[in-house]
Amino acid sequence: MINPYEIMETIRMLEEEKLDIRTITMGISLRDCADSDGDKARKNIYDKICKYAGQLVKVAEEIELKYDIPIINKRISLTPMAMVAEASDDDNFVKFAETMDRAAESVGVDFIGGFSALVHKGYTSGDRRLIKSLPEALATTKRVCSSVNVATTKAGINMDAVADMGRIIKKIAEYTADNDGIGCSKLVVFANVPEDNPFMAGAFHGIGEGECVINVGISGPGAVKSALKRVKGRPFDEVAESIKKTAFKITRMGQLVAKEASEMLGVSFGIIDLSLAPTPAVGDSVARILEEMGLERCGTHGTTAALALLNDAVKKGGVMASSHVGGLSGAFIPVSEDAGMIEAVEKGALSLEKLEAMTCVCSVGLDMIAVPGKTSAETISAIIADEMAIGMINNKTTAVRIIPAPGKDLGEEVVFGGLFGRAPIMKVNPFSSTEFIARGGRIPAPLNSLRN
Amino acid sequence: MRAIITVIGMDKKGIIAKVSNILAESDVNILDISQTILDEYFTMIMLVDLENINSTLEELKEKLIQSGKSLGVSIKLQHEDIFKSMHRI
Repeated sequence: MINPYEIMETIRMLEEEKLDIRTITMGISLRDCADSDGDKARKNIYDKICKYAGQLVKVAEEIELKYDIPIINKRISLTPMAMVAEASDDDNFVKFAETMDRAAESVGVDFIGGFSALVHKGYTSGDRRLIKSLPEALATTKRVCSSVNVATTKAGINMDAVADMGRIIKKIAEYTADNDGIGCSKLVVFANVPEDNPFMAGAFHGIGEGECVINVGISGPGAVKSALKRVKGRPFDEVAESIKKTAFKITRMGQLVAKEASEMLGVSFGIIDLSLAPTPAVGDSVARILEEMGLERCGTHGTTAALALLNDAVKKGGVMASSHVGGLSGAFIPVSEDAGMIEAVEKGALSLEKLEAMTCVCSVGLDMIAVPGKTSAETISAIIADEMAIGMINNKTTAVRIIPAPGKDLGEEVVFGGLFGRAPIMKVNPFSSTEFIARGGRIPAPLNSLRN
Repeated sequence: MRAIITVIGMDKKGIIAKVSNILAESDVNILDISQTILDEYFTMIMLVDLENINSTLEELKEKLIQSGKSLGVSIKLQHEDIFKSMHRI
């Protein structure tokens, strides 16, 4: 029989340390759904989503029952809608977002990603129409998530798109002002976006992907924190070993679930995303892991080094445990979704500048950051530009998900509830970047040698 | 399918009797059983074969959970592969 200590360790990780499968995300290609008639295209999209994802929630629930593993989210990612809707004559793509929303509701998933555009080098007519539709689309739908890739290491940064995204984010906040600008939490601006990420809001089904795949996002900050508790005061070599071992076990569980789900659904297995994704629940925080390493508060000096170690060790431990690893894979540091991050901001330990530094060594970027509602579109664009530059130069994914909270200022907070949590308003630099953003054009792709 | 049943909590009379009764009623065969004190908790671990189960997995789990509640212990039933995959290469 299996060793009782191993059985108890698994049960402890699931029960006390809140280990779970964070998401099973089905990626569906919509490339064959395009039509010059928008209504026909939308019918194709709706029917295809329902056909492939009709059993998704049921299968996930069966796996939960069989293994007693909580599977928190069941989601869908689609081919970037700008490419699919582009063939239609519609000037505005809001109806496409509404179709996504309806399809998601009918198959029972909480979010559907892929109202997206890839514009790192330039706009097509579909990209332009999609981005223009974003404020209304995100205000009128509940489940639709959007992402726009504005930079890559190979193409540089599209600064026209960066400027547009600043204005669009402000507008989305206005359109959803009744709810603290929640629409902005459903839009991610990316550099080097991965095409197989299962996590929202940035998930979409990349153009190199197959017809339909299952991608699984694992989590488990609580399990990593507990593992670190057992090596209190020990050197970093032991810290890294301990994180690697935990990440290995967590990922093996993800691999089992992914394999099972793809077999039951008759769909190929895509990737496991080895991310430590926090939630606002107590004990599910990445900030607390960093603090467990010996920092009084997340955000103090040493935080970047701690995060670098964590991010790397998670990947090293997880890679061997899965046949295919992809997505964002690393540690997420969303402010509003992590109780430890929220507290660090409130105590004055964590600033926007420090978060920016942290994004150089972790898997995403400035995530779920609330800033004063009066922050100008140009400043938001400049914040995006900085983050994109970090991604472009360092050959990594970076992202910005920022909420200029309408009518709110320093000392206040936005409250979204549920998985989105709450975020204290963070201070932005008061000096202007307007002329910088007004230039437009493209920042050229960087040199990848002579690296100093 | 083979599954692991774990019973964790305070030790008391009749735990094994009650759990094995439910399993017998459901035509579930017990392949192995062990009982120990781990981390200060009474822990019983059973390896069972669900090949000939006469109810749904959901019904069996529900019965076990309910009897666990009446005994003041936590009872879980999980496919053995979760433990194998997490701890064995």
